[in-house]
Amino acid sequence: MNARSEIPFDLPTDQKTGYVGKSVPRSNARRLVQGRGCYLDDIRLPRLAHVVFFRSPHAHARIKSLNLSKAKSAPGVIAVFNGMDLQEFCTPWVGVLGHLKGIKSAPQHPIAIDRVCWQGEAVAAVVAETRRQAEDALEFIEADFDILPAVVDMRSALEAKYVIHPDLQDNICFSRELKTEGFDEAWAQADRVVERTYRFSRHTGVCLEPRAILADYNPADHSLTVHHATQAPHMMQDIFSKHLNIPESNVRIICKDIGGSFGIKVHVYADEMATAAISVALKRPVKFLADRMESFLTDIHAREHEATVRIAVKQNGEIVGFDLDDLTGIGPYSVYPRTSGIEGNQVVNLTGGPYRHKHYRAKLNVVFTNKNVTCQYRAVGHPIAVAITEGIVDEAARELNMDPAEFRRINFIPDDAYPYLSFPSGIKFECLSHQKSLEKLLTLMEYDKLRAEQAELRKKGIFRGIGLAAMIEVTNPSPAFYGVGGARISAQDGATIKFDPQGMITVTCSVTEQGQGNEAVFAQVAADAVGVSIDKVKVFTGDTSLMPYGGGTWASRGAGIGGEAVLQSGKALKSNLLDVAAAILAVEKATLDIHDNNVVDRLTSEVKMPLSEVGRVAYFRPDTLPMNFQSELTVTRHYTPREYGFTFTNGIQASYLEVDVETGEIKLLKHWCVEDCGTVLNPMLVDEQIRGGVVQGIGGALLEECLYDENGQMINGTMADYLVPMAAEMPDIVVGHIQTPTKQSELGAKGAGEAGTAGAPGALMNALNDALSPFNASLNMQPFTPQRVLQALGKVPVDG
Amino acid sequence: MNETRCLVNLTVNGQRVSKDVPVRMHLVDFLREELGLTGSHLGCEHGVCGACSLFVNGKLIRGCLVLVAQLEGAEVSTIEGLSESGELDVLQQAFLKHNALQCGFCTPGMLATAYDLIKNNPKAGRDEIREYISGNYCRCTGYQAIVDAVESVIAEQGIKQGVQ
Repeated sequence: MNARSEIPFDLPTDQKTGYVGKSVPRSNARRLVQGRGCYLDDIRLPRLAHVVFFRSPHAHARIKSLNLSKAKSAPGVIAVFNGMDLQEFCTPWVGVLGHLKGIKSAPQHPIAIDRVCWQGEAVAAVVAETRRQAEDALEFIEADFDILPAVVDMRSALEAKYVIHPDLQDNICFSRELKTEGFDEAWAQADRVVERTYRFSRHTGVCLEPRAILADYNPADHSLTVHHATQAPHMMQDIFSKHLNIPESNVRIICKDIGGSFGIKVHVYADEMATAAISVALKRPVKFLADRMESFLTDIHAREHEATVRIAVKQNGEIVGFDLDDLTGIGPYSVYPRTSGIEGNQVVNLTGGPYRHKHYRAKLNVVFTNKNVTCQYRAVGHPIAVAITEGIVDEAARELNMDPAEFRRINFIPDDAYPYLSFPSGIKFECLSHQKSLEKLLTLMEYDKLRAEQAELRKKGIFRGIGLAAMIEVTNPSPAFYGVGGARISAQDGATIKFDPQGMITVTCSVTEQGQGNEAVFAQVAADAVGVSIDKVKVFTGDTSLMPYGGGTWASRGAGIGGEAVLQSGKALKSNLLDVAAAILAVEKATLDIHDNNVVDRLTSEVKMPLSEVGRVAYFRPDTLPMNFQSELTVTRHYTPREYGFTFTNGIQASYLEVDVETGEIKLLKHWCVEDCGTVLNPMLVDEQIRGGVVQGIGGALLEECLYDENGQMINGTMADYLVPMAAEMPDIVVGHIQTPTKQSELGAKGAGEAGTAGAPGALMNALNDALSPFNASLNMQPFTPQRVLQALGKVPVDG
Repeated sequence: MNETRCLVNLTVNGQRVSKDVPVRMHLVDFLREELGLTGSHLGCEHGVCGACSLFVNGKLIRGCLVLVAQLEGAEVSTIEGLSESGELDVLQQAFLKHNALQCGFCTPGMLATAYDLIKNNPKAGRDEIREYISGNYCRCTGYQAIVDAVESVIAEQGIKQGVQ
C-alpha cells in the first residue's frame, strides 16, 4: 500500500508564461533546504535580553506569597516581574465578540495577578543576559499557593458546583440554541431515529518551531518593533498598540521564516504580551522562546468535545434532519481576540453540512475549565462536525442496510442546486460539487473492488474497514467571521507590485507565509498577470511597515484572498506598463501586449521592446516622454470577499485500514481525498496542503491527546509522551480534484489548507467501525488507541 | 578547566574551532550561539523531534543530546557545511522539486537523516525510507513528499558518497 503517488508533475522549467495551474516549485524554499532561513531564534540583536517564566504548578490556586528577591540577585539577572509590575505597561483583555450573543469571559493579564487558573499560567518573569541564566534564576523564586478546587471535567463545569470566575455567575462562556420551524412535526414523521454520542480528546498543534517573540522597544521614538512568529501581523500590531498604548504606526511587526503555525500562532498569548511589555519597561530588546514543555502547557489546545447527535431518516434512506447537543471545555479564559466560542459555533453551523435535509435542532454549551485554554486550531470545529455527521450517517445507513456510498448519493445537495441558500443552520453555499466528488472518489479508490477484497479477507479473519467522510469547509471568510463582532481582524488583503528598472517585479502582500507556499502562488499569479517569466518575480510578506494592510494567513484564506489581490494588482501594473510603452513607441496602447518579458504587438506578437527598456525610460529618461505623462509603476490593489459569509469548499475522504483484533492496533493502508477548492493554482502545493492536513487529522483521530489528571495536571507534556504521526505509520494519500471556481473573484480560488484535517478523522472512524462491525462493536471516542479498540471489542475492561 | 567551563577543540565543517564553553552546553546551542550556525534547529531539546540531527565523526546524531564538552577532537558536519560542499545538492534539489518541505524547520535534520539512509542503504525502498525517517517529526507535509523525494534520489543514484 506504500506506492509512489501520482503527483501531477508538470514542472515548467523552461516555461515563460501560463504558470497558474502548474506545479511550480517554491523559489523561496531554497534558503530553507540549505539551513539559511531566518526563524525567530536565529535573529541576533545588540543588548538582547532573554525572558523566561515561572509558571503555576497548580491548575487553580490563589497566590499566597511570591518572593522574587533572590531570583533578582542571581547571576546575569536584569529584572524580575510579577503580574502587578506589568500593569502600568499593559492593559488586560477580554476575549469576547459582539456577534456571539451572550459570550463572556474574565479579564486576562500578561502575568497572573492574585490567582492562577491553569497549570502553566505565568506567575512571574525573569529577564537575564542569557536564557541559561534566566532559567537558573527560576530556582530561586519562592512561591506559596492556596490550592483552590480545580474544575477539570466539562460536565462538572456545566453543573457549576464550583464557579471558576465568581463574577460570571456560572461556568458557561457561550451557549447557543437553534431549532428550525416544523422540526418536531417532521421528526415525529420519520421512520427511524439513530443516536450516538461522540467524544473528542484535546489535542494541540505541536508546531516544530515553538512560539517565539522578540520585542524591541525604542524609547527615542516611542516605537516598538516586534519580530514575531505570528500568522496575523496586522492584528498583532493593533493589539500591541491598544494594550501597550503605543500609536499604531509606531508598532512594526516583522515575520521572517516561521516554523509551522496551524492556527497555534494566530492568538494573543499572555506570555507574549508580557514579553512586549517587558521590552517597554526595560527599553531594550527582549526575547521569549517557548520550550517544548511550555508549548504543551500553554500553546492553545483544541477539540475537547462531547457531542450527542441524532439523525432521523425515512425508510427509503432520505435524511429528515439532525439533532445535536454539543458540549466543549475551553479552559479558564476565552482566548483573545478570536474567542474560544468559534469552534463550538462552527460545529453548530456545519453539522449535517453536505446534505439536503430540512430540519435541524442544535444546542451548544461552551464551558470554562481549569485546563489550558483552547482556541482555533487547523480546521476549527470541522473535524468534530464532519466526524459526528458522517459517523451518524454511517450508522443510519447500517440500520437501513444501505451501502454508505449509496446513502450519501441520495442525500447530497445536488450539484445543480446552487446557489443553495436554504441550509437549515443558516449558512449559504455558492457552488459545491458533492456528487461529482463522490463519483470521482469511488473511481479513484476502486470502491467495489475494495469492498470485494474486504469481504474476502473477512472470511480469513482479517478485519479491514472502509470509511467515507464527506465534508464542507469554511474558506475565504468575509468580515462576517470576526469584523462584524468587533474584532479588529481584517477580512481584506492587499498586494503591491513594484516594477523594477531591469524588468523584474517585486510583490508584497499582507497575507503571510508559514510554509504553505502562498509566496510561490503569488509569484505565479503575478507573473501571468503582468506577462513576465517567474524568475523575474520576487515576493515578500510579513512586515507591517512595508506591506499593505490585511488579515494574514488563517481560515484557508491566503491563496483565495491574497491571490486575488495580487491578480488585480498585476493587471493594473500591466496596464500602466503599456501606457509607458505606448508613450515611448507613440502608438495606441490597445495595439500592445506584454508577453515573456517583452512589450509585443497584440496581433502579430512581434517584439517591440523588452520590459527593461520600459524601465530604463520610465525611471532614468522620463524627460523623453510627453510633457504631461507620468508613469506609475508601483500599484496596489485590495480584495474582500463579500457576497457570501464564507466561500465554502467541499470534498470527500476515504480511509482503508486493518484492525488487529488481538492487539487493538490499527494499520492505515491507504487514504484518498477528493476536494474542490475551485481553481487549483498550483497542484503540487494544493496536494501538499491536503496531505499534510490529512495526516494532522489522522494524528487527532489515532494518537494525539492532551491527558490531564483529576487535579488538572497535564501528564503527557513531552514529545516522548504526546504522540504525533511519524512517517512509518502514515499511509500514502491519493488526492483528486474537482474544480468549481468561486464566481466572487476573477481568480476563482477557494481555500485548501484545512480540508484534509476536517475530513480525515471522520473517514478513519467510519473505517474503524466498519472493520469492527462483524463484532457488533463500535468506538466513538478519539483518539482510537489500541486500549480503546480492545475495550470496544470487550477484550479489556472499560476505565472507571 | 574549572567545574563549569572547559576549553574544547574541534572541527566544524572543516574549520578548526577552539572555544571556552560551559560544560553543560549542548552541541546545537554551541553551533547556534558560539558559531552563529543557525541551520541546526531545536524543536524539543529532549531528543525526540530530530530537527537537530547532524553528523559527528560521520555518524548521524541528535545535537541536543550531545554536550560539546564531549567533542574534543571531533569532526562536526552541519547543514551549512554539507550545503557548501555540495554533498546534499541532489537531495536538496529533490526536496525542492517534490516540495518535500513546507515550513522548513525540520528540513536540515530530515536532509541529514535522508543522506545517512542513502549512504547506508543505497537501495532503500519506500517502506525502508519511511522507517528510517520515523525519528524526524514533520508536522507540515504528511511525509509523502519527503518519501517521494528520497526515493527519486535513490532511483537516480546521483548522490556523492561519504561525509567528510
